[in-house]
Amino acid sequence: MRTPAGHKVYAMAAEYPSAAALYEAAKRIRDAGFRRWDVYSPFPIHGMDEAMGLGKSWLSGWVLFGGVSGLLTAAVVEFGPSWFLYPLNVHGKPTNFFTVPAFFPIMFELTVLFGAFAAFFAMLGMNGLPRWYHPMFNWERFSRVTNDGFFLAIEARDPRFTETGVRELLEQSGGEHITIVHED
Amino acid sequence: MDAAPTAPEMIEETERPLARVPLVLNKRNFSWLTGRISGVVENPAPRWWWVAFTITASVATFGLFCLGYQISTGVGTWGLNHPVGWAWDITNFVFWIGIGHAGTLISAILFLLRQKWRTSINRSAEAMTLFAVICAAIFPGVHVGRVWMAWYLAPVPNNWAIWPNFRSPLVWDVFAVSTYFTVSVLFWYTGLIPDLATLRDRATTKIRKFLFGLFACGWRGSNRNWRHYELAYLLLAGLSTPLVLSVHSVVSFDFATSILPTWHTTIFPPYFVAGAIFGGFAMVLTLLIPARAMFKLQDVITPQHIDKMAKIILLTGSFVAYAYTMEFFLAWYSGNSYERFAFWNRVFGPYWWYWWVGMLFCNCLSPQLFWFRWCRRNVYVVYFVCMCVNAGMWFERFIIIVGGLHRDFLPSAWGLFIPTWVDIWTYIGTLGIFTSLFLLFIRFLPMIAMSEVKTAVPEADPHYAAPTGIQSVSPVGKERTR
Repeated sequence: MRTPAGHKVYAMAAEYPSAAALYEAAKRIRDAGFRRWDVYSPFPIHGMDEAMGLGKSWLSGWVLFGGVSGLLTAAVVEFGPSWFLYPLNVHGKPTNFFTVPAFFPIMFELTVLFGAFAAFFAMLGMNGLPRWYHPMFNWERFSRVTNDGFFLAIEARDPRFTETGVRELLEQSGGEHITIVHED
Repeated sequence: MDAAPTAPEMIEETERPLARVPLVLNKRNFSWLTGRISGVVENPAPRWWWVAFTITASVATFGLFCLGYQISTGVGTWGLNHPVGWAWDITNFVFWIGIGHAGTLISAILFLLRQKWRTSINRSAEAMTLFAVICAAIFPGVHVGRVWMAWYLAPVPNNWAIWPNFRSPLVWDVFAVSTYFTVSVLFWYTGLIPDLATLRDRATTKIRKFLFGLFACGWRGSNRNWRHYELAYLLLAGLSTPLVLSVHSVVSFDFATSILPTWHTTIFPPYFVAGAIFGGFAMVLTLLIPARAMFKLQDVITPQHIDKMAKIILLTGSFVAYAYTMEFFLAWYSGNSYERFAFWNRVFGPYWWYWWVGMLFCNCLSPQLFWFRWCRRNVYVVYFVCMCVNAGMWFERFIIIVGGLHRDFLPSAWGLFIPTWVDIWTYIGTLGIFTSLFLLFIRFLPMIAMSEVKTAVPEADPHYAAPTGIQSVSPVGKERTR
C-alpha cells in the first residue's frame, strides 16, 4: 500500500491520552481480530499482554538452556582437570564422590552466569534488537513514546487492514492524532 | 453475598480504598519525571560537581600511582609480614564487595518481593555495586604479588599442565566475584535500555543522539518487546538473588574453611551476607542523600524511601549484632582455650578500640537509633548513622582478619600490623576511584530508572480512573512543593 505521495505505508497509528485508554483500546483491537499490530508505551503496562492477546513469553526456555549449559560447562571444566588431567590431593582429599560438594560453588556460579547471558541475549534476540531504524520513528509525535506518550499502530500488512476501517476503529477506541506511518 | 444489591449500597462498599503515601510526591506526572531525571544528564554540570570530581579524581590518580608503585616494587611496600599476611588489602576487598550487595538486594530481591519503592533507588544502587566491585577486585588482584600471573587462577590449558585447585575457596572467590560483576553489568544494562532510549529521543546534539541511540539498541517501547523484556528482567532478578547471597558466603569461606580461631566458624556465611547488606545500604544512603538534594529529586527519593532503607539498616544491623553476640557465646561455650583467648583479645587486646568503636558503637548501637521514627525521618541523623556504619563495617573486617592473625596459637609468633603509606593511600585511592566513577555515572547516565519509577505513579495503572474525592495522605515531614 502506498500513499498518494508514493511512500510505502507501514501502519496506521494513533496516540492515546493515558495508559488506561491504551489498555482499553488494545482490548478492542484484539477483539476486532487484528494480528499485526503493537502498542507503545514509556513503561510496561500491567496486564497489557492479556489485553493484546499475547501468550506467555518463552524467553524462559533460553534461560533454562543457558543455566543447564553453564552447569555442564562447570562440570567439564572442573572434573576434567581435577579427575583426569591433573589430579590434586590437597589436605588428604582426593577427587572422588566424597569431595564432590567442594566443586559445587563454581557449578552454581557458572549456572547463574550462563543463565544471565542467555536472559540478556534472548531478550535482545527475541525482540529483534539492536536495530538502527524502525518505521515508527518516522512519526514526529512518536518521540514522546519514551517520555509520556501512549501509541497504538496497526500494520498495513495485516490482512484485515483497510484504511477507512482501521481509521474508524482507532477513532472509536479513543485514539488521537491518527496518522499514516511511512515505511521509508 | 448480596443477591441483588442496589446501586447506592454498592458504592458505599467500594469507596474505601486504602490510603497510601505516594511514592512520587506532589502528584508529579510522567513528563515531569522524564524532564527532571534527564535534566541531571542534559544540563551543564553544576560547579559543585566539578569541584567534587577534581578532588576525587586526584585522589583516584594518586591511588593508581600507589598501585603502580606496589606492582613495580613488590608486595613488601605494604605492611604485610608474619604473622599478619592479610591486612588492609583483604579488609578493603571484603569492605568493597560487601557494599556492592545492597545494590543487588535492591534491584533483585526487592523486585521479587514487589517493593515498588525500589524503583527510585535501584539504578544508582546498581551502579554503586559495579563501582564497588571494581574497587574490590583491585585488592586480591594486586595482592597476588606477580599480577601478570593472575591468569593462573583461571582454568586455562597451558603447556606446564598447571590447573587451579577447584576445591579452594580462593578459586571459588574468583568465579563468584567475576560472575557477580558480569551479571550485575547485564542486569544494570538491561534496566538502562529504555532510559537510554529516552535520552536518545530527547538528544539535541548529533553525538548524543548517536551514542544514546547506539546503546539504546533501537528500543521503541513496543509491548511485544516489553513482554520479553519483563520476563528477562524477572529472570535476571531471580538469578541474581541466590547469586548475591552466594558471593559473600564464598568470601566468608575464605576464612571459614581455615583452622584459625575466630575464622573457623559456621556462622560466617549468613553473618557476612547480613553485614554486606547492612554496610551497602549505608553506602547507598551516603551517596543518595546528597545527590537527591543537589539535583532536587526530593519528590522521587522521598522521606519514605529513606525511612525504609533505615529500617533495613536497623534489621540487618541487628542481625550483625546478634552474630557478634553469638560468636562470643560460642567461644565461651566451645571450651576451646584458643577460641576463648581470641575473643578476649578482640575486646581487650592491642586492637581493643577497633572493637569498642567500630563493632560495638558503630555497628551495634548506632543503628538502634532507627527504632525511632524521628531519627529515620531526619536526614542528618540518618547520615550520621550511615557514616558510623561505613566506618564500622571497615573496622569489623579489619578485626576479623587482622584480629584473627596477629595472635594465633604460639605467643612467639605474635605481632602487630602497621600499615605503610602505600597501604593507606591505596585504600583512600579506591575511595577516590569509587566516588569518581559515581560522579561520572550521575553526569552521563540517568541516575533514576525512569521507565521503572513511572510504574510507581498511579496513572500507570491501566485501571486508573481520575480521582473522585479520594485523598492520598500527605507524608509526614517537610517537603518541597515546587
